[in-house]
Amino acid sequence: MNFRRLATSLVAPAIGLVVSLAATAVILISIDASVTVIFSSMWNYGTSPRAMTLMLNLATVYFLSALAVSIGFKMNLFNIGVNGQYILGSLAAAVVASNLQLPKVASITVTILTAMLVGAAWAGIAAWLKVARGVSEVISTIMLNFIAIGIISYLIVRTSIGTETGVNIRGTKLIPESGMLRGNAFIDPETKVYGFLFISIFVGIGYWFLLNRTRFGFDLRATGKSASAARTSGVQSTRMIVTTMLLSGAVAGLVGLPYLLGQTGSYNLQFPTEWGFIGIAIALLGRNNPVGIAFGAIFVAFLDVSSGQLVLEGVPREISTIMQGLIVIVVVISYEVVRRNQVKSEQRSVARALAKQEVSA
Amino acid sequence: MLKGVKLASVLAVASLALAACGSSGETAESAAPTEAAAPTVKVGMAYDQDGKGDGSFNDAAFAGLSKAQTDLGVEIKEVNSGAGATDAAREELLTLLADGGYNPVIAIGFAYSTALAAVAPKFPGTTFAIVDSVVDSPNVGSLIFAAEQGSYLTGVIAASASKSGHIGFIGGMEIDLIKAFEAGYNEGARSVNADIIIDSKYMGPAGDNTAWNVPEKAKTATDGMIANGADVIYAAAGGSGLGMFQSVKAAGAGYWAIGVDSDQYTVPALAEYKDFILTSMLKRVDVAVYDVIAAVVNGAPLVGIQAFDLSKEGVGYSASNSAVAEYAAAADAAAAKIASGEVVVGTKVE
Repeated sequence: MNFRRLATSLVAPAIGLVVSLAATAVILISIDASVTVIFSSMWNYGTSPRAMTLMLNLATVYFLSALAVSIGFKMNLFNIGVNGQYILGSLAAAVVASNLQLPKVASITVTILTAMLVGAAWAGIAAWLKVARGVSEVISTIMLNFIAIGIISYLIVRTSIGTETGVNIRGTKLIPESGMLRGNAFIDPETKVYGFLFISIFVGIGYWFLLNRTRFGFDLRATGKSASAARTSGVQSTRMIVTTMLLSGAVAGLVGLPYLLGQTGSYNLQFPTEWGFIGIAIALLGRNNPVGIAFGAIFVAFLDVSSGQLVLEGVPREISTIMQGLIVIVVVISYEVVRRNQVKSEQRSVARALAKQEVSA
Repeated sequence: MLKGVKLASVLAVASLALAACGSSGETAESAAPTEAAAPTVKVGMAYDQDGKGDGSFNDAAFAGLSKAQTDLGVEIKEVNSGAGATDAAREELLTLLADGGYNPVIAIGFAYSTALAAVAPKFPGTTFAIVDSVVDSPNVGSLIFAAEQGSYLTGVIAASASKSGHIGFIGGMEIDLIKAFEAGYNEGARSVNADIIIDSKYMGPAGDNTAWNVPEKAKTATDGMIANGADVIYAAAGGSGLGMFQSVKAAGAGYWAIGVDSDQYTVPALAEYKDFILTSMLKRVDVAVYDVIAAVVNGAPLVGIQAFDLSKEGVGYSASNSAVAEYAAAADAAAAKIASGEVVVGTKVE
C-alpha cells in the first residue's frame, strides 16, 4: 500500500513534466524556434555552477513561501496574503537589523523573530476577521496585500525609515555586515549560496515535525479533512483557525529574508512583491509535503533562472512562465486522475473479494 | 507565476524577436573571450521588467539601438529582466551580456543601478551605461535626463491649448523620478495661466511595480478628470498611458492627450489615437543610447555622468502633430528661457 502510494505521488509529477515539456515544444515550434537547441541550452546553462547557485537561492525563497501557503492548505485555509505578510516582515526586519549592533548570531536571531512576528501579526488580522466577523480569508488577505504595499510605500517615501540609497532608489538604511547572512560560494567561486538556505531546511523539518508528530498537527490535519468531525471530537475550530493563520503568517514573514540578508541588505522599492503567488503554485505542485515542495521550488527556480538564458537566445522569457503554468495545471489534473483510478481499482478489488465470498457461501 | 499569461502577445513578440535575431544556437559557454576583439561592435541592451512594447520609455531606447544598428552596423542583443526580477537576476543578465563579449552593455532604467554597481567592476574592459541613475565606476556612463524641463514645455502647451482652464496629469509610480515630470508640467502650465486647475493622479504608490502597466486604471482616472472639466491630459506612466489615450479618444474632439518619452504620435501601436495626441514630451533616451554606442564605435567611450537637458536637446517636445504649431511659439520661447538659465525648473511638486 505504501509502495503504491509512493508510486502514485511520483506518477503525477512525471506526467506533468512530460506533458508540459511536450506542450512547450509545440509552442516553440509554433514560433519557429528550434526545440532541441532551446531545451539543451536551458539545460546546459541551468546546470552551470553559477546558474545552480542562483537557482538554489531563488528556490530558498520559493520553498519558504510554499511552506507558508501549505500550512493553511492543510486546514483548507487559503492564505493568499503571503505577499503582504512577507513584504511587511522583510521591511520590519530590515529596519530592525539596520539599527542593531550585535554579534552575528544574536543579530540574525532578532531579525528572524521580527520578521516572523510581523508576518504573523499581519496574518492575524485576517484570522481575527474570519473568526470574529466571518470574513473569508481569501478576500481579507488579498486586500491586506494592497494595504501592505501602501503602508510600505508611505513609510519609505514619507518617513525617515526610507533614505535615498542610490539615484532614484529609496529604501531602508543598509544592514551592517554583522547582521547579514551572505552565505558561502561553495558551488561557483564567485556567487554565494544564501546562508538562509540552511535555516529554511530547518523550517522545512520543523513543518514536517509539527504536522506529523504533534497533537496540534493532528488536530490541524483532522480539521482540514473534516471540520465537523474534528469539532465533534473536541477540537476548538476557532482556536485552530487563529493558530494556523498565525503560523502561516510567521513562516511567510521569512520569505523575503534570504534575499534581504543575502543580497540587498536594504528593503528598497524594487523589492519583489509577488513571491507569495509562486508559493501557492509550488504548494500545489508539492502537495503540501515538504520534500515535494522542495523539489517543486527547485524546479520552478530552475525555469526562472534559465529564462535568463532564453532571452539571450532571442526567445521570450515568458516561455518559462508558460511552462510553469502548464506543469501546475497538468500535475493537479493528473493527481486527480491517478486518485480516481486508484479509488476505482480499490472498489474493483473489494467487489471481487465480496463476490468470491458470496460464491463460497 | 499566476500573473496573466499573455499567450497571444507572447507569440507575437516571439515571432518578431525571432525574425530579428534568428534562432542562434550559441550558448554562453561557447562564446569565447576572443570574440570581444572581433571588429564588429556588439551592443547588449537590458530592459527592465517586460521591456519593449510600452510605446514610450523602453521603445525610445530601442529606437536609439536600431538607429545604431542601421547607421553604425553594430550587432545588437536585447534582453529583459521580467516582472518582479531580483537584483541577482539583473546582475546575471548583465554578466551574461558582458561575458558574451557585448560592449557596450546598456541598462535601461534605474532598477539596474545596484546590479550594475556589482557587475561593472568585474568587467573593466567593457563599457556600461545606465539610464536614469548614477553608478560610480570608471567604465560606466550614467545617462541623466532633465525631464522637468521637457515637461515644462508640455505644461506651456497644455495650458495654452486648454479651453476650460483645467488640465490633468497621470503619473506612473509615485516616485521622485516621475514627480519631476509633474513639477515641470505644473510650473510650465502656471507660467501661462496662473489660475489653472491641475488634476493629478498616480497609478500606484512607490514600490507598486504594477503602476507602469495598468491602462484600465489610467483610463478611469482620465475619465474622472475629463468629467471634472479637464480638457488636456499629460501622462508620464509608461504602458499605463494607453488608458489616457483611450479615454481622451472616447471624449472626442476638443480634448487632447500629451504623450511621453517617445514621440507617441508616430508610434504604430498608438496609430488609432494619433489624432488626439497633441504632442509628446520627448525624453531622448534614443539620442543618449545612440551616443553611447557611437562613442564606443569611435573608441572614446562616454563614461561618467552624462546630463541630457534642453540645451543638449536631450529633452523637448514633439511637433509631429500639426495641431501643435499654434502653441509652438510659446513653447519655444519657454525653451529658450530655460536653455539660457533665465528660468530654472524645479523637480519637486509643491
